[in-house]
Amino acid sequence: MFDFLDDYDVLGAFWTTVQLTLLSAVGSLIWGTLLAAMRVGPVPLMRGFGTAYVNIVRNIPLTVIILFSSLGLHDTLGISLGAGDIVDKANFRLAVLGLIVYTSAFVCEAIRSGINTVPVGQAEAARAIGLNFTQVLFLVVLPQAFRAAVGPLANVLIALTKNTTVAAAIGVAEAALLMKDMVEKEAQLLLISAIIAFGFCCLTLPTGLILGWVGKKVAVKR
Amino acid sequence: MTKVTVAKEDVATSDELVVLKSVNKHFGALHVLQDIDLTIARGEVVVVIGPSGSGKSTLCRTINRLETIDSGTITIDGKPLPHEGRELARLRADVGMVFQSFNLFAHKTVLENVMLGQVKVRKADKKKAEEKARSLLDRVGVGTQADKYPAQLSGGQQQRVAIARALAMDPKVMLFDEPTSALDPEMINEVLEVMQQLAREGMTMIVVTHEMGFARSAANRVVFMADGRIVEQSSPDQFFSNPRSDRAKDFLSKILHH
Repeated sequence: MFDFLDDYDVLGAFWTTVQLTLLSAVGSLIWGTLLAAMRVGPVPLMRGFGTAYVNIVRNIPLTVIILFSSLGLHDTLGISLGAGDIVDKANFRLAVLGLIVYTSAFVCEAIRSGINTVPVGQAEAARAIGLNFTQVLFLVVLPQAFRAAVGPLANVLIALTKNTTVAAAIGVAEAALLMKDMVEKEAQLLLISAIIAFGFCCLTLPTGLILGWVGKKVAVKR
Repeated sequence: MTKVTVAKEDVATSDELVVLKSVNKHFGALHVLQDIDLTIARGEVVVVIGPSGSGKSTLCRTINRLETIDSGTITIDGKPLPHEGRELARLRADVGMVFQSFNLFAHKTVLENVMLGQVKVRKADKKKAEEKARSLLDRVGVGTQADKYPAQLSGGQQQRVAIARALAMDPKVMLFDEPTSALDPEMINEVLEVMQQLAREGMTMIVVTHEMGFARSAANRVVFMADGRIVEQSSPDQFFSNPRSDRAKDFLSKILHH
């Protein structure tokens, strides 16, 4: 029954999915944190930029963003993110870029919800001992905000894992593209869907469970 | 006229540590601080009392610019309060603040709370900062709790840690914003004792409080505020036994007779 799988690199495709997920997760965590910092900061221009970014990006379908990075950035503007003429490599990098651009808007909002759980007195006390804005944010407010945001961030990470399938639209050889390929050539449609679905559950279920446990473990007691 | 005042201030900086001149502040339509003039000398302990909503806490918070003011000037050790930024951060380091709700950093241990400012603001060596933190914690009587997190301490212990955290910066002046108002009755004294000890050691202190006993025993001067104004100021003896204004008489009659 599973014989046809010998012709396909299922593990390899899921490994690409994992790579897409991890690279995008790290990138969007960094960029999303900076966006959140901008949104709570004292500089009106940065606040405006952060707010505009989040509201625009999270309302554009991910497919549009991914297609734009391929058709717009790569094909029209010739940006290949250092991959040169190797199309597969370029597409992978462009997909990661698109995923970061998109996911960081949600990361920003998850962190901002975490910031809202930190009592204003914490920042006041930090300012009162002479810390500057950046120090207040990175030494006192964000460490507490992240602990409160583990749950919401886990949701974003799970969504990101599944969103990587959109990269199939620009030909990145991850799980969804493999599925499309198999569906076209094989007859066991239900089985193929079940295998891919099972693969994603293997990635996302532990993510949710582990981060749920971590969230409880690091929660700040007040 | 300005020239004259400037010259006067220059001469006076030696013993005038905190000077507020015609300070005004509004919260929307509410005029919370009305033409406040107040001078605190080096080493002086000033207790600010008054009914709720009279602007005492706001006054206290304007002194390290946690609240901005609408008009007037505030100078600390001869220097006017700068705008938000590096200068202000530097000045805040010299002004210790103790809050009603303690506000210890919840994700850091007691020891780390007292070390943070020393290391990040004063750029002190970690080892020296730890030594100093431990000796300050001993001084306020919570030395054995150094490795616990704030939530594991009682309110009185947390507030004493907060005092140690402020002292770690070697402040020129300490502001206390109702430091015992959030405490259970049996924990109030342990905090007041630490404050009294500080006062005896010559620390300049501005204390907003409802603890009349502390005002009597530790204050050099009592400032009575009502409706955003300083209504009366005098020595504690005189204020409690012989208040001049009707507003103060009324206030004292309500709190002292039971």
